[in-house]
Amino acid sequence: MTETSILMEVKNVFKAFGEDWEREKVVENLNLDIKRNQLTAIVGPSGCGKSTVVNLLAGFESPDSGQIMMEGGAVSGPSKDRLVVFQETALMPWLTTYQNVTFGPKLRGDMPARSLKEAADRIIDTVGLREFKDKYPLQLSGGMQRRAELARALINQPLVMIMDEPFRGLDAMTRQLMQEFYLRLCEEEARTNVFVTSELEEAIILADSLVVLSNRPTTVREVIQIDLPRPRNLNMLSSPEAYDYKRHAMEMLHEEALKSFSGTESGSDFLKSYAQQP
Amino acid sequence: MAQATPNTQKSKSRIGKLVSNVTFWRGVVAILVFLALWEIGAQWKGWFGYMMPFVGKVAPPTDVIAIWMEVGQQPGYWLSWWLSSVRVFVGFLAAMIIGIPFGLAMAVNKYFRGIFFPPFEILRPIPPLAWVPASIIFWPTTEMSIMFITFLGAFYTIVINVLGGARSIDVQYLRAAQSMGASQWDLFYKIILPGTLPSIFVGAAVGMGITWEVVLAGEMMSGGGQQGGGGLGFFIWGSYMGGVMDQVIVGMISIGVAGYISSSLIRYLGHVCMPWRRMF
Repeated sequence: MTETSILMEVKNVFKAFGEDWEREKVVENLNLDIKRNQLTAIVGPSGCGKSTVVNLLAGFESPDSGQIMMEGGAVSGPSKDRLVVFQETALMPWLTTYQNVTFGPKLRGDMPARSLKEAADRIIDTVGLREFKDKYPLQLSGGMQRRAELARALINQPLVMIMDEPFRGLDAMTRQLMQEFYLRLCEEEARTNVFVTSELEEAIILADSLVVLSNRPTTVREVIQIDLPRPRNLNMLSSPEAYDYKRHAMEMLHEEALKSFSGTESGSDFLKSYAQQP
Repeated sequence: MAQATPNTQKSKSRIGKLVSNVTFWRGVVAILVFLALWEIGAQWKGWFGYMMPFVGKVAPPTDVIAIWMEVGQQPGYWLSWWLSSVRVFVGFLAAMIIGIPFGLAMAVNKYFRGIFFPPFEILRPIPPLAWVPASIIFWPTTEMSIMFITFLGAFYTIVINVLGGARSIDVQYLRAAQSMGASQWDLFYKIILPGTLPSIFVGAAVGMGITWEVVLAGEMMSGGGQQGGGGLGFFIWGSYMGGVMDQVIVGMISIGVAGYISSSLIRYLGHVCMPWRRMF
């Protein structure tokens, strides 16, 4: 049995942006547990502040009040223990795949050259980029860039991998391949993962627990345990269990998404026409 | 021997590549057509008895080449090349050495930017040539004043490009590096510097062009003769004063060639320093 104790704890976090007179609350009263060796997927209506949650977890932003704890200590800044894989690729365009992958360990100098080379080659093999290790990011396809970025994060052996809509912007086919690839990667070796996405099906098939966020100011609306058997595959999405998870989460997401339409005239028009749909 | 063979093969294939390169021949043909049109236009009066506007007043390329052959035997002409090149090189190098760190410092430090950007922006619109009188007073020799205004010509362009380039680096690169454990120095050295390199080369290419414009005007205005001596700008001015129009054209084309060689060198350097941009 893999250990699933709590690794990160988000306690009563509040975050707002802007000057005093037009301060906008983005995150309010956020409570969240990230468990070891589990994939915690986070979904929420678009614009609800998912990226802010990522920035808070990673330590790029600090909460206005509340705390983010990791292994008993408070998170106070970015660290290699909480690596982020960004929305659009953040591979350095001036480094080759290999140089990008070895960027972190070389920077810190915490790996002997020999074992670094071995580890890098192994990880580049894992993501299937052996023939592209000396290519520059712009010479790679979108899917390859995401895999290279995964490899760059994995080699640092972070305690938590934070994925911020990592497959966004890929075409449907590539996206599906990446989901299958990532599923296999997670099941081969247990890792602690926070996976933020706006795709509900992607979240359900990958997740151990699914966190549904509310509209802005965002807070946790519900945490759903996804008990689909492992190893999983994308076909399981058509199973009745997956369908139930999906319907349940979808209802909440709709409710939350509609909140951003209420209050304006065009918004209420939209609501009315939406309600008339069969 | 075993090593020599691939080498010769490589150099052969390089020349072979150039000869079979359509773009290369397109350029050659374009220049030949241009020369032919110029020749016809300039000779029109002699051939048909009617003077073409503008181009009819200019010596035809055949005359210019003849004069060039003559001028090319005088050491004074090559000395002018040398003097102008040295002035451009020194002014440009000084602009790079001072401009790049200055631009980077403004990009990464808001206090530095707050202090130096406003005066910089006030000085920037002043054309380098407006500095000629001041620079003659500033510097003990004409040579140094010419180099100084040459420096100014390139400096502003380089600084603006470096500043803009460094500030438009995607924050995600910085965040990615930070979360992998990069220190402030690492961020500067491993992200901001390589990320600014393309803008540095754009600034250098534009700055180099301005440098040639400025050095010639500087040589003409300071009458580069006595102390500063010669230079291609003075060569043109002197030829004009002496009424030798053919020689003026020789001077003009010389500058064109010099500028082309300079910008080719910068392009080549950019090619070497930025392998990731080679596929464009």
